Amino acid sequence: MEELDGEPTVTLIPGVNSKKKQMCFDWGPGEMLVCETTFNKKENSETVPGCPFIYIIRKDIDVYSQILRKLFNESHGIFVGLQRIEEELTGKSRKAQLVRVSKNYRSVIRACMEEMHQAAVAAKDPASGRQFSSQVSILSAMELIWNLCEILFIEVAPAGPLLLHLLDWVRLHVCEVDSLLADVLGSENPSKHESFWNLVTILVLQGRLDEARQMLSKEADVSPSSAGMCRVLGDLMRTMPVLSPGNTQTLTELELKWQHWHEECERHLQDGTFASSPHLECLCKIMLGDEAALLEQKELLNNWYHFLVTRLLYSHPTVKPIDLHFYAQSSLDLFLGGESSPEPLDNILMAAFEFDIHQVIKECSIALSNWWFVAHLTDLLDHCKLLQSHNLYFGSNMREFLLLEYASGLFAHHSLWQLGVDYFDYCPELGRVSLELHIERIPLSTEQKALKVLRICEQRQMTEQVRSICKILAMKAVRNNRLGSALSWSIRAKDAAFATLVSDRFLRDYCERGCFSDLDLIDNLGPAMMLSDRLTFLGKYREFHRFYGEKRFFDAASLLLSLMTSQIAPRCFWVTLLTDALPLLEQKQVIFTTEQTYELMRCLEDLASGRPVQGEASAQRLQEDLENTKLEILRLALARNLARAIIKEGSLEGS
Amino acid sequence: MEDFCAKFVSQKISKTRWRPLPPGSLQTAETFATGSWDNEENYVSLWSIGDFGNVDSDGGFEGEHQLLCDIKHHGDVMDLQFFDQERIVTASSTGCVTVFLHHPNNQTLSVSQQWTTAHYHTGPGSPSRSNAPCTGVVCDNPEIVTVGEDGRINLFRADHKEAVRTIDNADSSTLHAVTFLRTPEILTVNSIGQLKIWDFRKQGNEPSQILSLTGDRVPLHCVDRHPNQQHVVATGGQDGMLSIWDVRQGTMPVSLLKAHEAEMWEVHFHPSNPDHLFTCSEDGSLWHWDASTDVPEKSSLFNQGVRSSTFLSHSISNQANVHQSLISSWLSTDPAKDRIEITSLLPSRTLSVNSLDVLGPCLVCGTDAEAIYVTRQLFS
Repeated sequence: MEELDGEPTVTLIPGVNSKKKQMCFDWGPGEMLVCETTFNKKENSETVPGCPFIYIIRKDIDVYSQILRKLFNESHGIFVGLQRIEEELTGKSRKAQLVRVSKNYRSVIRACMEEMHQAAVAAKDPASGRQFSSQVSILSAMELIWNLCEILFIEVAPAGPLLLHLLDWVRLHVCEVDSLLADVLGSENPSKHESFWNLVTILVLQGRLDEARQMLSKEADVSPSSAGMCRVLGDLMRTMPVLSPGNTQTLTELELKWQHWHEECERHLQDGTFASSPHLECLCKIMLGDEAALLEQKELLNNWYHFLVTRLLYSHPTVKPIDLHFYAQSSLDLFLGGESSPEPLDNILMAAFEFDIHQVIKECSIALSNWWFVAHLTDLLDHCKLLQSHNLYFGSNMREFLLLEYASGLFAHHSLWQLGVDYFDYCPELGRVSLELHIERIPLSTEQKALKVLRICEQRQMTEQVRSICKILAMKAVRNNRLGSALSWSIRAKDAAFATLVSDRFLRDYCERGCFSDLDLIDNLGPAMMLSDRLTFLGKYREFHRFYGEKRFFDAASLLLSLMTSQIAPRCFWVTLLTDALPLLEQKQVIFTTEQTYELMRCLEDLASGRPVQGEASAQRLQEDLENTKLEILRLALARNLARAIIKEGSLEGS
Repeated sequence: MEDFCAKFVSQKISKTRWRPLPPGSLQTAETFATGSWDNEENYVSLWSIGDFGNVDSDGGFEGEHQLLCDIKHHGDVMDLQFFDQERIVTASSTGCVTVFLHHPNNQTLSVSQQWTTAHYHTGPGSPSRSNAPCTGVVCDNPEIVTVGEDGRINLFRADHKEAVRTIDNADSSTLHAVTFLRTPEILTVNSIGQLKIWDFRKQGNEPSQILSLTGDRVPLHCVDRHPNQQHVVATGGQDGMLSIWDVRQGTMPVSLLKAHEAEMWEVHFHPSNPDHLFTCSEDGSLWHWDASTDVPEKSSLFNQGVRSSTFLSHSISNQANVHQSLISSWLSTDPAKDRIEITSLLPSRTLSVNSLDVLGPCLVCGTDAEAIYVTRQLFS
């Protein structure tokens, strides 16, 4: 047993005092049943009335958020697309493809975040507003982590471009500056705006030096005294060597240029160029990567990873991925300064900087309230071939484990179960069995829904489930007195036993009412008739009636006889069949030949001699029935027909 | 590829319908209704694509549909039709048929009329009734016809409390859809591959005509009638096949066209341009069938999503006797002469496309992936 990674959260069940009362529970696929019990508790069990409710505890509550549903649905499409791009792509194009997928996921998170934000603003009561706001911050943290993982694990940016990506990352997530910028520029006299220097500092901290330069020129315009200094600093900003994507210069060239530039900045500071303006001097120190000067701007930096990136920008612009964790750790320590301990988010980011993917996923699983994030991120990283080596000591690999958890959560939801199916499909080891277990538990409220579930099963050759669903529907139809429907379902399930049962119901109804119901179905059985003997008999017997109705007596007669001689007709039905023969025997024409008449007689005597076939009692009743009503009439009719047939056949031969 | 606008709406959409335009109007459609299914709470919603005057605050680009109003619906919305400009009729999985009224002044929906147990099962030997899902509804002001899993056909009038006419046990299997053929006559499709024509002038519970797919008894899920040639009918089946029928002659389809890979949930002739037909399916695809004969050879240009159809069977021996000019392009059975061009409209295949509707240049469809797709440039 491994030790726990964190304290398990406590969920209080309303109405149950767990100190005084005993509770019991049962696991479900995505939820748990909890209720009070007095099991095995002798004393004082009957005194205090307990809590009369059974509670359903859901573990993945985010599934039930209306707005997050969009995230689940939209990302489902991306997920399925990702599983399909696969193998044929290699190298560069594959990487580009994976980065695009990652960006798609992020844009879905962002869209969701925006909507959540609007919901928070529009919320009428403060409680739900707070709830939305906390969701926004969770989503924003998810996007932040994902973005960093994208840069480090998927993009795998080398030294140089790595820093550019990190800068973009920080700019994207510390975005208050844009509204501040608009605010300052919109004011009458920007350089006199109270936040002017804050703004310039933030721009420099984020490496947005062009914009910072423009701001400085505004300052230079209004205060001639500092115009010179502003120009010098502006020139330093302009000449700072940066890696541009289209440029072919090597890293060493860049480092060399950067070193020169750095020395120039240093010289200006030593010479006291900016001594008369503390603001400008501070900016210059920042551009020199001076840690003390940077830490003074804690308020503006917001967080340690911003500090890290700014520090790298102005002191180690060509940082290698492998050295990243060293700077990250020291930045975190410096920034927090021993005053506070790192939060879960800090730990996750730190793990990412250490390139410890498993730690990232583990921390996220603990910190986040849903499986969506870890399942999708892990799957994507798995497609980058980063998780091959890792196997769990339970289930299959980590990717599959997380996908299964997520998909089970979807299946627990009233309507998101359809999404879960595709996730199970892409879990090679346990997906199939999980799907089989879950799909049988979908409530089938309408036939339309049942058809959708059936389609899912049929596409995956899950014959056992197909049979069981059809059987459920057939049973339902029987209960609702819809025999035609029931027969259709049992034909679809190829369920011979049930088809026999329904056919018997049809025959019984016929015996009672003297006419068939659901002719549109029985007349059109086609090859499906062969499913069970009883169904064949039903179809053929109905055919006999049709022949008779169409006055095709000869066809009717031979069909009737063959039903008995071939043993398709159940013995209990023979009386009815023989009775049906009566009108044919009484026709003016001779219908049955001598041979056929002999056969009929044998059938009759077989019955009359009462070979007990299906138990003594029923045979007895059958016999009585037969004797009381029809035996004599039938014998007489058969004898007369035999006589007529002999005469007819004899005379035909004679002529 | 048409310009589709997608919006995720957090509910599985079972039906989408354009609001009919007032007669003689030259506008393009801009309001549609949707119904949801399989949610804990289902809704009937009205959406609009109009220009709202003010610029969208959330940066949503122009032409995205916005929710006008919605109302809770008891049970899954199994079918939904506009009765007139203001009224919407829905069929519920609870067997209830409801008429909703839209109040444009304050943008609300209210229940204006309801037949609560329009469809029901009677258990064996007991008088107790249990609800049966109502699967289809069709309106022709003032009449409303509904069909259900109980095999029952109901004829309602908007101003009558009770059903005007009920045919019990009209079908031994589930009726999946219904449409008007000529005014007193309706057409139903069922789960054993039959197409039945009913005449309300006749008494009794026998259809006036039964047409059926031979052999396999593949369930039929949807039916639509050609808007001008009332004898031409299209149906879609469980195997995704499109069948074209001529109800004047024969008891078998004129042609069977191999189409989708799973259940075809809806088929619609374009109301004003009936050489075009639209289908959607459980396999997540939405297709545009173009049978107009003057189509230039385009298949080389659009490799993706375009393929020519294959005629699996075409019979009707006396077809040749019919005057050539009278034959609809859907009935001609010469595969060499008439190629039907098929275009797949949705960019990526997702979960089932449950419903679609076309009106003028506008198309709307709804999916199980909880998205509504709209385009207003169908033929551009």
